[in-house]
Amino acid sequence: MAYNDASDQPLPKSVKLVVAGGFGVGKTTFIGSVSEIEPLTTEEIITEASLGIDNLDGLAGKTTTTVAFDFGRISLTSELILYLFGTPGQDRFCFMWDELSYGALGAVVLVDTRRLKDCFSAVDFFESRGIRFVVAVNEFEGAYFYEPEEVRAALNLKPHVPVALCDARQSRSAMSVLVTLIQHLLAAVPAREPEIVHRQ
Amino acid sequence: MIMPGDDSWLDGDAGRLVRPYAVTNGRTSASLKLDLMSMVVATGEGFHGNLEHDHLQALALCTRPASVAEVSARLRLPAAVTKVLLSDLVDCGAVRTAVQESAPDTSNRVLLERLLDGLQRRL
Repeated sequence: MAYNDASDQPLPKSVKLVVAGGFGVGKTTFIGSVSEIEPLTTEEIITEASLGIDNLDGLAGKTTTTVAFDFGRISLTSELILYLFGTPGQDRFCFMWDELSYGALGAVVLVDTRRLKDCFSAVDFFESRGIRFVVAVNEFEGAYFYEPEEVRAALNLKPHVPVALCDARQSRSAMSVLVTLIQHLLAAVPAREPEIVHRQ
Repeated sequence: MIMPGDDSWLDGDAGRLVRPYAVTNGRTSASLKLDLMSMVVATGEGFHGNLEHDHLQALALCTRPASVAEVSARLRLPAAVTKVLLSDLVDCGAVRTAVQESAPDTSNRVLLERLLDGLQRRL
């Protein structure tokens, strides 16, 4: 086998964005539209009600759940790779969101206007954790069209939270949602100041 | 017939035939702190004559820089198990990883501008 001898090269920096929303709202479609790879799935085994991981006595009362996340990758440069992680859609996996969102720069909350309430928990979660997010309305064919401001009102969003319309199947459309998100993140950062701010 | 390199430990429908933690000898925690986003790459060095099937598979997935999440997905092993395999590989010098910052700095304007620039190029 041949391995790259990349010992002198710094490893690329990886950054994470989270794509959240209700079950079946199109998170994996969205990720697939912008990802350079077919969306992959990774699994985490979660032990619930554990009575101590190494305690054999506790085995009877221990249940494990496998939670799967879909994710995609965009290599922006050879030094910077963006990963998009979809949250598990079912509400019963909400307990995983903290772990998944840890280290995320920001989030996209995908919304289906036919099932608006499915995204409430995602909006609440990111608001409560102080994670900046944009709301992207995935426009399903046959769904009634709502103006972004109507969606904002229905979700009781703060005025600064962007609401975008998108077609998660279209690469360009989904990519523009990511652009909106990064612009939203930039808007929260003071304009360039002395280098001290950026010193590594 | 099973050909060399065949993934005989995988079955499309049944999934893995070996229980996940069997490949780590029951170990559930990695010696190294890795998360899903940690990047790893094969060094082309290190002694790996005594590595087993899963370690070699993991190693083969790191010929280019990859995240723990990607290696995990391609191995079809849970992330926790993959972290144990990768940290073994780091311990024996076959793989290296970068020290991951605890959390990205959302006020890092330079990083955000690079992201924006990269994404806008793809529009």
